Amino acid sequence: MSAGVGVDLEKLWIRFGDFVAVRDANVHINGGDFFSFLGPSGCGKTTILRAVSGFLEPSEGQVLIGGNNMKGIGPNKRPTALIFQNLALFPLMKVWENITFSMEVKGASAKERRKRADELLDMIALPDQGDKLPWELSGGQRQRVAIARALCAEPDVLLLDEPLSALDLKLRQHMRTELREIQKRVGITFIYITHDQGEALTMSDNIAVMRAGVIDQIGDGKTIYNDPATAFAASFVGENNVFRGTVKQVQSDTALISTNRSGDLLARVSSANQGKMKAGDDAMMFIRPEAFALAPVGAQGDHFVTATVTNEEFEGNAFNIFMEGEGGKEMKVSLPNLGQSFDSHKGQPMTLQYDVQNAVAMPAGDLATE
Amino acid sequence: MKNLSLMRLSIWAYLAIFFAYLLGPLVIMSIAAFNSPEFPRATPWECLTFEWFSALFQDERILNGIKNSILVGFGTVVLSVAMGLAGALMLTQLGPKLRATYYTIIIAPILVPGVVIGISTLVFWDRINRMLGLDADSFLSNGLFLTVIGQSTFIASYCMLVLVARLQRYDTALTEAALDLGATHAQAFRKVLLPFMKPAIASAAVLAFLASFENYNTTTFTFGEYPTLTIELAQKVRYGITPAISALAFISVLLTVFAALFNEANIRRKELVALARKQATVEELSRGSFKMPGFLSSNWAAVALVIVACATVVVVGTATVYSPQQCIADVQEQKRLETELRIQELQRQRELRRQQQEAEQGSTAPAQSKPAGNNSGFGGVFAPSTLSGEDSSSAVEPEAKASGFGGAFAPSALSGEETSEGSGN
Repeated sequence: MSAGVGVDLEKLWIRFGDFVAVRDANVHINGGDFFSFLGPSGCGKTTILRAVSGFLEPSEGQVLIGGNNMKGIGPNKRPTALIFQNLALFPLMKVWENITFSMEVKGASAKERRKRADELLDMIALPDQGDKLPWELSGGQRQRVAIARALCAEPDVLLLDEPLSALDLKLRQHMRTELREIQKRVGITFIYITHDQGEALTMSDNIAVMRAGVIDQIGDGKTIYNDPATAFAASFVGENNVFRGTVKQVQSDTALISTNRSGDLLARVSSANQGKMKAGDDAMMFIRPEAFALAPVGAQGDHFVTATVTNEEFEGNAFNIFMEGEGGKEMKVSLPNLGQSFDSHKGQPMTLQYDVQNAVAMPAGDLATE
Repeated sequence: MKNLSLMRLSIWAYLAIFFAYLLGPLVIMSIAAFNSPEFPRATPWECLTFEWFSALFQDERILNGIKNSILVGFGTVVLSVAMGLAGALMLTQLGPKLRATYYTIIIAPILVPGVVIGISTLVFWDRINRMLGLDADSFLSNGLFLTVIGQSTFIASYCMLVLVARLQRYDTALTEAALDLGATHAQAFRKVLLPFMKPAIASAAVLAFLASFENYNTTTFTFGEYPTLTIELAQKVRYGITPAISALAFISVLLTVFAALFNEANIRRKELVALARKQATVEELSRGSFKMPGFLSSNWAAVALVIVACATVVVVGTATVYSPQQCIADVQEQKRLETELRIQELQRQRELRRQQQEAEQGSTAPAQSKPAGNNSGFGGVFAPSTLSGEDSSSAVEPEAKASGFGGAFAPSALSGEETSEGSGN
């Protein structure tokens, strides 16, 4: 691990009156990591960020930064810098004054500040823009100024509260790589809040998936995508086809699920739930759209599904096939576009097969609602 | 089509009437300041004079009133803006339930009559003064102190309303960002919130000053040894007014015009500078050498400001060398001639009437007539001496001049009245 400063949340509870915003969060963030909190809006991820930055005192538990308990230490005394969702650039200050505000309050001279501002402006590829006012910059430029302003304070931990949500798609994708590069260059811990799983997966070393104040799963992107711990994590991160049913039989790490509408199907029990499922339990199994492959029509077995094609669309990199199985069971299949010819099967039955390793089973739980 | 033009016409007519209603009194007042008669009036025009301005500047009581008003005004501005800002900040800190109650309480002083505030300020501070065992001439019963405190009671609420409007557009994330970047609370307030509030603070200060300057009904209870301008004016009116008051009014109108034009010119200049910044290239910006617009270019308000300033300088210059003595003398000579003519006319009529009476020999007794119709509506209460200039016919009768009732009950005036009635018949 790199030399950065780690952050630990220990048994963290945050309540607003009767409402529990964060429930017993235990997170260890390695120093120098790019760590994301991923969850739908209102799940408490911003609350956690505010607790780390010091704007909120936890109701219970503690926040440790670099091993030091932050209890009673105000936001202006913590080694953190926060990039706000709306950036919160000071509208009446020029760009260079914005960037070096943290030096100004410590009493640095204007000359010193100007020099530092120019260095940072070079770093964020906005040379010579220091004399502009924030509103004279474009959205992406303002974004970078906000990052420079936070970095100028030389924080040990940089906190980012959905900073890309206001940008358009192209710029957002560009800023993802840029953020990641900046993080690698400065080598400090980044804590990133987002509801966009794409952002979380592409940038993060580790991700915590949150649902209604509870952290469902912590792991790197691959683990979260391939081996979700809960039904929520499985349905929130990426697209997934869900099959409800009951456990018929468990054999080491595979389970035979008796699904409600698609017959008996085999699936791998996700690692977090191994040993926790037994015959007769309510269960869910998930298969990613891209995990399906076409099979001869009418093939039978515990890793085949048959349904009728209702709609087809071409997405560029893939063909999406929407299907309806028995009892209105809806499924989506993505076939990668490798230049193959594609014949329409609209209205016809189709049989799909999957590798059991690519289907995960877990106890039934709440799904993410779109 | 025809309807439309009629519609437009009526809108213009409405606007004309509206502005005449708004500005008419000011125009009349301003003209009266330059007219020579001793009672402020615009017609008939007699002589252009600047003597009322010098009379104004020689009036110790008015000058003292202005000085006190300015002192009170500044005190009120400082106190009300500070209290208003504190109140506004408090409002943003409260939860929604408390906020409504708090708002009502803090707005209440605006709804309380000024007289009540005046009396209660006086009584309250008097009690405090006694409780502390201080003398009657202590700081707490000082007129300036009481007036500032009394006026600020409700002016602070006005200030708070102005400041809240701006504060509602403030993003509290800015304060948080400042704190997060290591600023103390005081620094965040001074470097981020205060600059943001500056325009509203300026507006609130102007509002507070004007409200304080024109206040009468609260001040009238609290002024003590320090009568403000409004108090002095009100006291003066009791003994009759001179065009010096109009001169004062004219000066305040002029100052207002100046301030308004200056403000407008400033706003326009800022817009133009912003536009220039936008058009400037990056290098120009960083060298600070982008083309700044001239102060007068495409800025009508600035042009008007300069014109008004020049006009003022010219008028003041003229006033120092101009002397209306010749004109006034001419007018007086003319009046004297007119008066003589009227006297002769009256005497002739009286002669005629006596001859008639002798002929008819007491056939009817003269009816009691109303007060003289040619008197001013004020019955001469304002200044008996002004009547002589205004009304030459009553000036003729020495008895009428002596009476406080405008000669209504003077026997000779009656006879004159009867004569005119008689001739009317």
